[in-house]
Amino acid sequence: MIRDITIGQYYPADSILHRLDPRVKFIGTLIFLVSLFVSNKWEGYLLATAFLGAMILISKVPFGFMVKGLKPIFMILLITVAFNLFLTPGTILVQFWIFKITDAGCLQAGKMAIRLIYLIIGSSVMTLTTTPNQLTDGLEKLMRPLTRIKVPVHEIAMMMSIALRFIPILMEETDKIMKAQIARGADFESGNLIKKAKALIPLLVPLFISAFRRANDLAMAMEARCYHGGEGRTQMKPLKYASRDLAAYGIMLLYLAGSIVIRILGR
Amino acid sequence: MGIIKASKLVFEYLKYNDEGKVEETSRAIDRVDLDVEAGQFIAVLGHNGSGKSTLAKHINGLLIPTEGTVWVDHMSTENEEELWRIRQKAGMVFQNPDNQIIGTVVEEDVGFGPENMGVPTEDIWRRVDESLRAVGMTAYRHHSPNKLSGGQKQRVAIAGVVAMRPKCIVLDEPTAMLDPNGRKEVLQAVRELNKKEGVTVILITHYMEEVIFADRVIVMDRGSIVMQGTPREIFSQVDTLKSYRLDVPQVTLLAHELRTSGLQIPEGILTIDELVNAICQLS
Repeated sequence: MIRDITIGQYYPADSILHRLDPRVKFIGTLIFLVSLFVSNKWEGYLLATAFLGAMILISKVPFGFMVKGLKPIFMILLITVAFNLFLTPGTILVQFWIFKITDAGCLQAGKMAIRLIYLIIGSSVMTLTTTPNQLTDGLEKLMRPLTRIKVPVHEIAMMMSIALRFIPILMEETDKIMKAQIARGADFESGNLIKKAKALIPLLVPLFISAFRRANDLAMAMEARCYHGGEGRTQMKPLKYASRDLAAYGIMLLYLAGSIVIRILGR
Repeated sequence: MGIIKASKLVFEYLKYNDEGKVEETSRAIDRVDLDVEAGQFIAVLGHNGSGKSTLAKHINGLLIPTEGTVWVDHMSTENEEELWRIRQKAGMVFQNPDNQIIGTVVEEDVGFGPENMGVPTEDIWRRVDESLRAVGMTAYRHHSPNKLSGGQKQRVAIAGVVAMRPKCIVLDEPTAMLDPNGRKEVLQAVRELNKKEGVTVILITHYMEEVIFADRVIVMDRGSIVMQGTPREIFSQVDTLKSYRLDVPQVTLLAHELRTSGLQIPEGILTIDELVNAICQLS
């Protein structure tokens, strides 16, 4: 059960998107986000829709998984739409009490909703087709230039991948400690919020102690296996651009150029 | 001089008080001399707190001696510049399999050591293939370590060390957290490495059944080596072993009890077959 929990929301399938270099997908997502804010005409959104639709089709990930990502932002979406709907000045269409709905408001709210929804679905396409490990690798490679200004990029990436490895182990441990405490009469369920928070102390203290102990053991094991930072390290699975990655970059640039052209011509 | 040699090795754990001054010292290892020939299978026995784990951590330079010297393949562990070469020569496997696996996929974990050593990519793949085959874990190469059994995880950890092509592997109670099946798997893998690849093995344990295959057994107590010899020599001294709070294998104990109650059975019986033979020859 707990062992099976995967972090992130990777959906295993065999598609071109899955096989693309994580760097391409990361930059591609950024370009898509930028294009959403570049477009302010319906033609621009049409292009974005076509592009996103094509990506979803290619990814072979069921559409339902993409929509799942929208759940946590539903409230934010509702508030944004409401603000835009009621607070944009323009010719009034409907009015009741202090609420006015204007034609400009309708347009603005629609655009914001589309932007937000596409933004989430767009990034879901990336996280659904890339394993957390690949993402970490890709980020490490992309951030490499930051080492010049003394950002410990390799160390950050190493920390991220170790965290990914230990999250399921620590979850299992939490489960174990919780059961052990319940067996000795601890009560995690009843009481108000403060009481519940206090009840977590006998869970958190042993968990932290064990995490530190594990960290100590792991550090020793890493040193015993010659780990001494990113310097002089080679990689078992180095990221290399294939021709499909370059082609993907090309398509993305074309797409960005398209949405810019639409914005300029649309005036 | 063998592949691992320690001379007059002393190690003291320091306990600091609140002001950061040394409050007391406790001697974990007390003047230990050790000489291990390449290709041997050495077992180190000892009760909790006998200093056997501390000794293990000296062999690949995780701890530096307070006094005396440890040489690994003619390099002194005190020499900082040689430290990474020493750790490559003498790999180490720890007790808790969960806390020593770094990769999120089995094959990536095995590749971790070679990556750190700066081995070229194609070479890493070759080494990973070989090491996984050597411990019989090739079928699990794409699995997540979290879904393996304890014995399998420990074999992955061993493969991770083997991929660094060490001359010597130190295993610090590798089976202490495993069930009997996992224990058997791990021991089998270790013995094969020793036999087929000629890797020197130093196995630290408190399971007596695991040491009967060793070429030499070392018994430690309170930081010193108190007994040394072949398993047969060691286990023929049942009473001395008991004084160090160690148990002998059940068969050996049974043979010993039979002998003390007057039967003509030789000392140092290690396996059930030997005991059966000895009993059959009684007149």
